[in-house]
Amino acid sequence: MASHGIKDQVAIIGMGCTQFREHWDKGADDLLIDSATAAFDSAGVAKDDVDAFWLGTASSGMSGLTLSQPLKLEGKPVTRVENFCATGSEALRQASYAVASGAYDMAMAIGVEKIKDSGYQGLNAAPAPHDGTKRNLTAAAMYSLVLPAYAARYGVDEDELRMVVAKIAEKNHRNGALNPLAQFRREMPAEKICEMASVAGRLSVFDCSGVADGSAAAIVVRAEDTHKYCDDPLYIKALSFVSGTGGGLIDPDYDYTTFPECEMAGADAYRQAGIEDPRSALAMAEVHDCFTPTEMVLMEDLGFCERGTAWKEVLAGTFERTGDMPINTDGGLKAFGHPVGASGLRMHYECWLQLRNKAGEDRQIDLSTRNLGLVHNLGGYPGEMVSFVSILGPELG
Amino acid sequence: MRGIISFGGYVPYRRLDRSAIAAVMGKGGGRGTRSVASYDEDTTTMGVEAARLALRPVDAEPRALWFATADPAYLEKTNATAIHAALRLDTSVGALDFGGAVRSGIGALRTALDAKGPTLVVTADIRGGLPTGADEAAGGDGAAAFLIGTEDDGPVVAELLGSASATEEFVDRWRQPGSPSTGQWEERFGETRYGPLAAQAWKEALGAAGMGASDVDVAVVTGSHGRAVKRVAGQLGVARVADDLSAAVGNTGTAHPGLVLANELEQAEPGQIIGVVMLADGVEVLILRTTDALAEFTPGLPVADQIADGAEVNYATFLQWREMIQVQPPNRPEPTRPSSSAAARAQDWKYGFVGSRGTESGTLHLPPARVSIRAEDELDAMDPAPMADVGATVVTFTIDRLVYSVSPPVVFAVVDFDGGGRLPVELTDVDPDAVRIGQRVEMTFRRLYEAEGIYNYFWKARPARSGQ
Repeated sequence: MASHGIKDQVAIIGMGCTQFREHWDKGADDLLIDSATAAFDSAGVAKDDVDAFWLGTASSGMSGLTLSQPLKLEGKPVTRVENFCATGSEALRQASYAVASGAYDMAMAIGVEKIKDSGYQGLNAAPAPHDGTKRNLTAAAMYSLVLPAYAARYGVDEDELRMVVAKIAEKNHRNGALNPLAQFRREMPAEKICEMASVAGRLSVFDCSGVADGSAAAIVVRAEDTHKYCDDPLYIKALSFVSGTGGGLIDPDYDYTTFPECEMAGADAYRQAGIEDPRSALAMAEVHDCFTPTEMVLMEDLGFCERGTAWKEVLAGTFERTGDMPINTDGGLKAFGHPVGASGLRMHYECWLQLRNKAGEDRQIDLSTRNLGLVHNLGGYPGEMVSFVSILGPELG
Repeated sequence: MRGIISFGGYVPYRRLDRSAIAAVMGKGGGRGTRSVASYDEDTTTMGVEAARLALRPVDAEPRALWFATADPAYLEKTNATAIHAALRLDTSVGALDFGGAVRSGIGALRTALDAKGPTLVVTADIRGGLPTGADEAAGGDGAAAFLIGTEDDGPVVAELLGSASATEEFVDRWRQPGSPSTGQWEERFGETRYGPLAAQAWKEALGAAGMGASDVDVAVVTGSHGRAVKRVAGQLGVARVADDLSAAVGNTGTAHPGLVLANELEQAEPGQIIGVVMLADGVEVLILRTTDALAEFTPGLPVADQIADGAEVNYATFLQWREMIQVQPPNRPEPTRPSSSAAARAQDWKYGFVGSRGTESGTLHLPPARVSIRAEDELDAMDPAPMADVGATVVTFTIDRLVYSVSPPVVFAVVDFDGGGRLPVELTDVDPDAVRIGQRVEMTFRRLYEAEGIYNYFWKARPARSGQ
């Protein structure tokens, strides 16, 4: 019994990503066609070359037909996957395993979400029939519980901590401003965010991810086949996933300053990739900044810094694009936008660009000493969540 | 001798200052306050609260549950069954609604005093009328519950000495189903009817009890005709007329004779004679005598304490809660109706607030689980864990201004129960600014929302009321 991983067995040979924004003029069909086409072009393959597809969408369609109909895929298997906000990453995980198993030579993972047709603000999912006893609370409110808990546990002034997480939003907006695919291209000073009205706990609208439509796709093959398609693939070093017990909600020992599911997924990924010290091994990380306190806590859960120190590292600029540990260089969920089913693949898309030195002069991170990247993608709430972590790199070994 | 074994009055937390009505509308209102059921309360949930208070002091288990209100949450469907479920009564205990009329509350009580077996009578009402009207200001919301039985069922704290009824058909107050206000005929007409009917029933009840009016220590006089109630009270010839709670609570209609009686019993000495007179489409009279057992009786939470522990609701919010004005809801989807079959499977959790506890670990699971979060518990090795009456403490909290609510914002807290166990739960009867880490809370049965005509009942937490 073990999580062995598939280190260096599978590689990404092409990716595509649409702009994330309010696509009033495009439906899920159009977005899927756009990202799939970009991925086919990126890999230099045609749709018929792909043997199997994994489609991630939280609520923009049911079944594989959501993809096979608009793309007119003939005689191909399409699996629709859903795993909350980690849906896109889950599609990549399944596609990668299918290729590694030898069942298929080439697979596509594609994610999409058409959020803005609901007519409501924010993310809204239709619940399954229920007994009426489920919590009535937004995700923003659940994550807002992190701030007072963290402040109490580590003796940080609550006003100062509020500014710390606003700095995270400021950084991600600064990164998004440079990114032509990002939803928000405007910088946003932390002081301004702190002055905004609270919507949940002390969080303002600008502490929440951008609500956008979008799609992203990746094509994977076995590592030994990459030479047929490109000379700069991105190898998958680790894929891990933890679906929680929900115990945090009812366990009096849980204190809302950590997400154990993320810590476990990270540890498993590091084992698979053979990484002992993530801070010194990783050149970058794309993490699930659904709300600003989430990114802060993840810095500790993923081992980028010691417990109780993430807030200081934020203030020290460690996680800036030019800092020691660049986080969410593409703008993150905050500024790039969060079309649920597409976000995990969007995170991989940023690694695809950055780790292959293709992000462009104004955005490219320094790869001179480290060249591994990490993607962290979660779904759910503090106390009950799913968490995905992958590690990627441009070289074998 | 059959009588009252236990009782409990319930006064909701919110108060409307009657002067707030004229301040907004230019007329109406008056002096003092009236009690106001919160947006998440209805007669069923208030009935549950009163019934919990009535059952708390005693071991006795009712064999029947009768619920009376003039403002039923449902027609067609029995409302008493939700109360039955919240109290976790045995399936063999019958649950009936005495529906529709204000008189049904005292009627259920009197019938129970004539019936067999321990019977829980629950009365509740939400009273109001159109803005600036007399009923809006004079009405009150509340509930009262009585466990009726004999010494075989438990110590009787007040025994029935005699009772009487006088009935006549005349249209004085009326309301059609769904109407927001009650009609009233010219007051002087009703007065001419109630006077003689009250005199007749009072005389007959005293005769049955074998005593005269001067033997009665206190009379509880309530009814749906204010002038007649005052006049009758003055003509009974008793030593004292009970405080009718109009200054702080208002007239709680169907529940009112019970609520005022509960308040009197909480202050009474053993051996006192209490007359109860209710004027509604006739007159009902009960003559009770408190027993020595009353001295040993500790109320679940005295009515007077609940009256003292209220907080203001402003008039605009009151009107919104009463659906007299509509406000813009958040632009979020409305909640969906609960599944009847899912709710039925989860009945003990949803209505009774019963979790489960691992037999080895002792870890509390809310909702109940078959598989424990602790490895030492075997599959299905769980004991039921009734948590409705267990106190808890706020560990942390947040205010959600985004989520859909009839009355935003939602105040939400993570609470740890005494003796172990945790739940993230919505708070109610609380002002967002007043929530504190370390605050003591208790569970309360509420209507979370309505969807497609189905009411979704479940539990929230509220700041522990005084006396707890």
